[in-house]
Amino acid sequence: MAELVLTKNFGVPDFHTIEGYIRCGGYEGLKKTLEEFTPDQVIEEVKKSNLRGLGGAGFSTGMKWSFVPKDSSKPKYLVINADEGEPGTFKDRYLLEKAPHMLIEGAVIAAYAVGIHTAYVYIRGEYVKPARILQNAIEEAYAHGFLGKNILGKGFDLDMIIHRGAGAYICGEETGLLESLEGKKGWPRLKPPFPAIVGLFKCPTVVNNVETLSQLPHIMKNGAAWFANICQGAPKCGGTRIFSVSGHVNRPGIYELPLTVTLREIIYDHAGGIPGGKKLKAVIPGGSSAPVLTADEIDVKMDFDSLMAAKTMGGSGGVIVMDEDTCMVKALYVLAKFYAHESCGQCTPCREGTGWIAKILYRLVHGDGRPGDPDTLKSVADNIAGNTICPFGDGAAWPVQSFVKKFRSEFEYHAKERKCDVLKT
Amino acid sequence: MSLLQISTEDKSVKPSISFSPEAKAKFEKILTLYPPGTQAPLLPVLHLAQEEFGYLSLEVQEYIAELMNLPVTTVHEVVSFYTLFKKEPTGKYWVQVCTNLSCTLRGCEKIVDYISRKLGIQVGETTPDKKFTLTTVECLCACEMAPMMQINEDYYGYLTEARVDEILDNLK
Repeated sequence: MAELVLTKNFGVPDFHTIEGYIRCGGYEGLKKTLEEFTPDQVIEEVKKSNLRGLGGAGFSTGMKWSFVPKDSSKPKYLVINADEGEPGTFKDRYLLEKAPHMLIEGAVIAAYAVGIHTAYVYIRGEYVKPARILQNAIEEAYAHGFLGKNILGKGFDLDMIIHRGAGAYICGEETGLLESLEGKKGWPRLKPPFPAIVGLFKCPTVVNNVETLSQLPHIMKNGAAWFANICQGAPKCGGTRIFSVSGHVNRPGIYELPLTVTLREIIYDHAGGIPGGKKLKAVIPGGSSAPVLTADEIDVKMDFDSLMAAKTMGGSGGVIVMDEDTCMVKALYVLAKFYAHESCGQCTPCREGTGWIAKILYRLVHGDGRPGDPDTLKSVADNIAGNTICPFGDGAAWPVQSFVKKFRSEFEYHAKERKCDVLKT
Repeated sequence: MSLLQISTEDKSVKPSISFSPEAKAKFEKILTLYPPGTQAPLLPVLHLAQEEFGYLSLEVQEYIAELMNLPVTTVHEVVSFYTLFKKEPTGKYWVQVCTNLSCTLRGCEKIVDYISRKLGIQVGETTPDKKFTLTTVECLCACEMAPMMQINEDYYGYLTEARVDEILDNLK
C-alpha cells in the first residue's frame, strides 16, 4: 500500500479539531518552518519537492511563488482557491471537512514564504457545511496562536478570512476568482499581468488550491526529497494527489495515490472495477474539461506530463468512468449543456460557441440530427479553443474535439439514422 | 419602484425595507474584512441580505446599492451573474438535483422525474403551499454520492426513490 500523506488521518474522528490535529502531529511542519527556514529557503524547498498546482494547471508551486516581487510597496495577498467546481471533482470538499487545520497550516507556510499577511479563502457558495467547519478551525487556530499576530512567538502575522462564492464555475479560474472576490461578476482578466504581479486589489497575489496548500506541512516536516521520491519514475512530479473517482465504478470515492499510478489501477484496483462486470468504454481522467480516453488508453500514468503526452491532462484529478452502455453523444451533451450554462459571456467564441454546441448535441440526442453535425461540432470547438481570454474556452472545446474524434461512429449514427445505436432509442 | 424604469419618485424617500439591528451589526462586521473603499464586501452582503429578506428583489438590490454607495446597476449585474442569488422567492425548501455527467451516469433523470411527480410540479416550479421549489443544478462536487441533490444548505446523496421519500417526507 502506497504512503498516504493528506488522507492518512481522515479516519480519526476529531481530526478536524485542533486537539485531534495536534495529537496527530499537526502544526509541527509550521513550527519547523518558522524555526529553521528563511522565507527564501521555504521557496527553494518547495521547488525541490516538485509540488505542482493540484487545482488543475499543474504549475510548479515554488516557481509560482517566486514570481511575486520581493520589494513590493503594496500589501501582498494569499488567495486560497476552494471554489471546487470541475465536474467529477470532490477532493477539496473532503480536505475542508476532514482536515481544515492542514489547510490553515499550509496557508501560513505559504504566506511566510512569500511575505504575506492577509489570506482570503474563496469557497464555493454551495459548500455551506465545509465553510462552517473551516470557520471553526480558523477560530481555533487564532485562539492557539497559529493565526493572527506573532504566530508561535516568531514575529510573523497572518489573518485568514473566508469569502463565500455564489454559484459560478468560472470563479474557479484564478482571475475570475479575483474579480469575484473584489465584489464583481467573475469575468476573467487578460494575462499578463499575472496575479503574482497584479492580483487582488491590484496587489501582488498568490492563488493556490486547497490540496496544493495542504501538502506543504508534510513537505516542510519530512523534507523535499521525501516528497519528490514518492513519485519515482516521474522526475518532474512529487508526492501524492487525491483522485476523485465517479461514474460507473463499484466504489466511487476519493483515492490518494502517487501520481505515478496508472488509470487502469485506479479504476480496477482501487475503485473496484465496473459494476455488473460490464466493459469499460471511456474515461475522463482529470475533470470534465480533460479530453476523454478510450478503454485501450488507460495504461497511462496519472502524472501531469504522462497525461499530456497522451493528449489529455491531469487537471483536477476527477476521474469519470463510463461503461459500454453509455451513449457518448448524450454524455457529451450533458457536458456541453454545462459549459453553455457556465460560460461567463465575455468572449464571443465561447459565449456563442458553447451555446451552438449544446444546441447541435441536443438535436443529435433527440433524434433530430443532421448529416453534417459531427463536422460542425468539431469546427465550432476548433474555433473556440485558443481564442478566449481564459482556459474555460479550451476546457469547453476539448471534450467536444476528443469525443467526436474518438467515438466518431456514434456521432455519425445519430446524425444519419436519427437514433441511438447504444441506448436503442 | 422598478429598476429599469426611470423613477419619478422623490429620491429622499427611503426604501421601505432595512436590515434588522442584528443584520446591521453583521453588515458592519463584513465591511471590516476588506480594504476600505472597495466593492469587495458585496458578495457577503448579498448573502446576508438573502438570509434576511428571503430573496434579492429589485427593492432589496436598491437598498443594498444605497447602503454600499454603489450604482443599482452594479448590484444588479452581480446579482444576475450568480446562480445562488435568488431573484425570485423559492419555497421553504429549495430542492436542487444535480444533472451533470456523474449524476447522469448514475440515473439522476429518474430521480428528477420522481421528485417532479411526487411534488406535482415541473422543474423550475414551486408547490402551491410554497413548501418546495424544484430545480436542476450543475455539478455540486459530490459525485461519489451520485445521484445527489442539495436542499437549502444540505447535501443528500446515493438517491433512490425510497431515499427521496424518506428525505422529503421528513421535511416539515
